[in-house]
This record gives sequence, structure tokens and C-alpha cells, in this order.
Amino acid sequence: MSLLVEQAGLLTTIQDRGRIGFQQFGVPQSGAVDQWALSTANLLVDNDPGEGALEMTIIGPRLVFEAGACIALTGADLSPTLNGVPAPMNRALPVEPGSVLAFGRCRAGCRAYLAVGGGLDIPAAMGSSSTYLKASLGGLEGRALRTGDRIPFRAPRPVLPAMELRTAPAVEYPREVVLRAVPGPHGDYFTRQGLDTFWNTAFTLGKQFDRMGCRLEGGRIELRRDGNILSDGVVFGTVQVPEGGQPIVMLADRQTTGGYPQIATVITADLPLIAQCKSGSRVRFRPVTVQEGQQAYRRQQEALRDLPDRWRRPAPAGKSYQVLLNGRPYTVTVTPLA
Amino acid sequence: MCPAEDMIHPLGDAALAVEFGQSIDPEINDQVRTLHEDLQANPLLGVVETVPTYRSLVVYYRPDLISWEGIHRALCQRLQGMAHTSPAPGGTVEIPVLYGGGEGPDLPFVAQHAGLEEEDVIRIHSQGIYRVYMLGFSPGFPYLGGMDSRIAAPRLETPRLQIPAGSVGIAGEQTGVYPLASPGGWRLIGRTPLRLYDPQRPHPILLRAGCSLRFRPVTRGEFEQIAQEEGHDESSC
Repeated sequence: MSLLVEQAGLLTTIQDRGRIGFQQFGVPQSGAVDQWALSTANLLVDNDPGEGALEMTIIGPRLVFEAGACIALTGADLSPTLNGVPAPMNRALPVEPGSVLAFGRCRAGCRAYLAVGGGLDIPAAMGSSSTYLKASLGGLEGRALRTGDRIPFRAPRPVLPAMELRTAPAVEYPREVVLRAVPGPHGDYFTRQGLDTFWNTAFTLGKQFDRMGCRLEGGRIELRRDGNILSDGVVFGTVQVPEGGQPIVMLADRQTTGGYPQIATVITADLPLIAQCKSGSRVRFRPVTVQEGQQAYRRQQEALRDLPDRWRRPAPAGKSYQVLLNGRPYTVTVTPLA
Repeated sequence: MCPAEDMIHPLGDAALAVEFGQSIDPEINDQVRTLHEDLQANPLLGVVETVPTYRSLVVYYRPDLISWEGIHRALCQRLQGMAHTSPAPGGTVEIPVLYGGGEGPDLPFVAQHAGLEEEDVIRIHSQGIYRVYMLGFSPGFPYLGGMDSRIAAPRLETPRLQIPAGSVGIAGEQTGVYPLASPGGWRLIGRTPLRLYDPQRPHPILLRAGCSLRFRPVTRGEFEQIAQEEGHDESSC
């Protein structure tokens, strides 16, 4: 009952919603860089949205299913094929035992996600199955997947109700994105011109980008004073500017604290956009208020919450009761017979 | 009107920083720790986690459970309530160190730079009591305050590619311990057999913000013995 890795791909790791509660000890949050893609993949196969899945980067792996399962592929389009036939993304797929899932050219985006219904049987490290390579933490032995690895399934289900209805809207990954960001907290470290360069010009993603962050190239963002601060907290989406004046957007594997001035923070709802950027992507920033960011956050959470409505059957008319059975709560619906 | 109005800064839509000052100062750091511990003991609905730094507390929260206005108000109340409290004193952890030799290849340089004998550097370094202001940079890495400036030394011009876990170093007026094998530019004066980070332990991180540290010189025999016992050790402050 497992997934056999025949080829590992460029960087394939197990990631979930992230490691929560350990940043105070200097342990990075980690987790899927594109949390939207992770959540939709999981919901499509009835998993908890933050369940562990495979994050596959630019060049996908080649995987053999040693047991049947229900899967979903989301995020970057890495030209997936199932037994040699193009496999649709953003929908639940039944997979027969012995099937081969392979990937080809990266058509759009950077990171694809593979969720398996019932989840992967990976022990939690500090409450999370996410892999943090630098500290050999989580995932499969704290490392990226290698040829010959086996990832056991926890409770695979070869089929789920309403398979044909289990789809999620496709996501576009344009080569130029506009990221909404809340200004600050170190705006006073930059000159007027520096701020103008940041907010009003386009930047290009260079060759240096990984799960920790991505370095942008473009006009030099001018600093008003010595570009070092006392190490401050760094969050997912912090845009920090080292002395060279080229901004870095910090992502899932960022260090918990950092000593560069922070010019803005990308809002949560737009992090999936930067998560799917790669070398050559163009990035612009647009200032928004905290309130606007939170409105976008809530809208995105509602969209996720409502996604399963696409395949959930309407609730039958009747009365629901909450009952406890062996200490576990259940909902029992009583419907009158016609 | 909240007296703490100027202290709370948004870090995007799902986190904020409560800033208590602008410098490395035990009193400021105590305030950070007081709020951190208060929020751990009496959690606010919607707060996901808090991360103390030298002079600020980062509060991660869920905007679907608490709005910016809501958390702002709640934190103002907390800050008013804690005006007269101070945190419980953190414990003291003793870090055994084998100074010099292969474990501390830069001890001669640090001594020469300070115009001291190597034994003096060891004595000064192990006499100090160091405060853990915060953890960061890598899992379990303590930012320490309180080093005697007589043994300050500049960083290496070219960082070493690999430094073993447990290495004790000096960079400028700071001293620290590497919890993980990593590249680094600090001047290495010794090494501890204690594991500051061990993902296999129930409590993987040895230290926490607010702890005090003391370095104790040990012989190679003691170093080896402690190294063997490590892994069973569950002590932390």
C-alpha cells in the first residue's frame, strides 16, 4: 500500500499546512509554498485541507502506485500523464494498482501538488509532516524524495462518492503577477525614491529562488540609512531589502527572524501567486490596507470551504441529531419514508 | 484610546509585531517575554503562535477568527494588564565546552586579537552569564547577550563551509553556539557535546528565550562522556 518513487524529479518533498508553534524556538514554519493548491488537492479527495501531500518542483517525479487510490493534482502544470495518457488536473482521479504517474515539460507555474485520498502515512515531527531540508526535519527522513523510496498510504480509497463532480476551478499562472502587499513595518528605512521604485516598477525573478524565498531583480531600492536592523520577525510574505537594494520575498522555509529592513508584506491571499513564479517571472507590488488583505483572506477561505459543495449531495430533508457513540460525536439524520 | 497604539505594527494581514523598544536591553526583552508567556498561558481566540525577538513579539493570527481591529483591541487590554507584572525568572543552563584544539581552532586568534593568553579567553568566556534574548537563524540557535567585550573578535573573512554542530564561537561582541552543522563565519573557540537541537527528542530544542547560559570548561574525557549520554538527556530550562 504505497507509492514507489522511480524517479525523484528536481525537488519532490512532503509538505502539509506547515509546522505551527515552533517558530519561537527558531524552527521555520515550512509547509506547502502554495497553500491554495495544497488545500484544493486535499479537498478533492476528502482529506483535511492541510494534510501532507507531495510538492513537486518544475521537473516532476515518476511514481508507481502499488495500491489503488484516489488522487488529485493541482498547482503547476508539469504535463502529468497516467499510464502514458495525459492526466487531467484539478479533479479527483481513480488510480488502479500498478499505474504510473509521470510528468513532462513545465507548462505553467513552478510547484505541483499530489494529494492521495486518506493521506500519506508519514509520522509527524513537531506536529507536522512537512520536510525542512536544512535541519533534516519531517517528511521522509527529513530529506527530498529519492529513487527507490516508498511512501506508504494511510487509508487509501480507490473510489469516492460523486467522482465525476469532484473538480476545482483551474488556476492561471501568468508570467507577470501583481502582488498586493501591506506597507511596512520598516518603511522609514527607505528613501522616497526607494519606496517609489518598489511600488511602481516591475521586478524579475532571478535564478535564486527556493522554498525559503525568491530574490527579485530590478531597480535598486534606495535605503535611507545603514541597512541593518535588530533581528526582527519574518513572516510568510515578508519583503526584505538587503543593502544591495534588491528585494527578497520570504516564503515557507524562511528563517523565523531576520536582520534586513522589511519594506512590505505580501497578503496571504496572494502568496499562491508568488509560489508559482520562477526564473523570468515578472512581479509588481500594489499597496493595500490590512483590512483589504483580511477581506481577501476571508473570501479565499470561504471559497475553500464552499468547494466541496460542487460534489456534495444536497442534504436530505429531515431532522439531525448529535449523538455520542463510544465517546465520538456523530450526526444522525432521520428522514421520513415516502 | 490604547496607550500601546504606537507599539502595534501590522506584518501583512495575518501577523503583527508588538514593539517594546529599539535596543538590546534586558528590561525590554523581559516585556517581550511577559506578553509571550501571557498569551501562551491565556490564549486569545484566533492567535496561532507568538515569536519573541530582542525587542518585539510577533503575533500570528487568523483573520477569519479575529479581525485587525479585534486583535488590536485585545492586545491593548493585555498590555495594560501586564504593566505591573514581570516574567518569572528563566532557568540557567550549563553548557559544557571543550575549549581550543580541533574543537576551537580560532582560540589562538581570539587570544592574540585580545592581547591575552588562551587561558584568559577561556576564563573570561566561561565566567559570564549569558541571557538568551531570542532563538532564530536556525532551529535552537540562541542569540546571547552579555559577552565581555575584551574577547570580541571579527568574523572570518571567508566563512567556513561546514562547522560541526555544537561549535561555540565569537562574532564581534556576540557569542553563540551552532545547534546544527552549517556554514559559518564565527571564530570558533570550542565545542559542546550537548545537543541544542535534536528532532528525535520529545522536546527537540534545549533552550528558550529567557533562559540564562553559563559555559563550563571540560576535559576531553568529560566531553566524550557527555556526548555518549546525550540523546537520553531531557534537561532544559
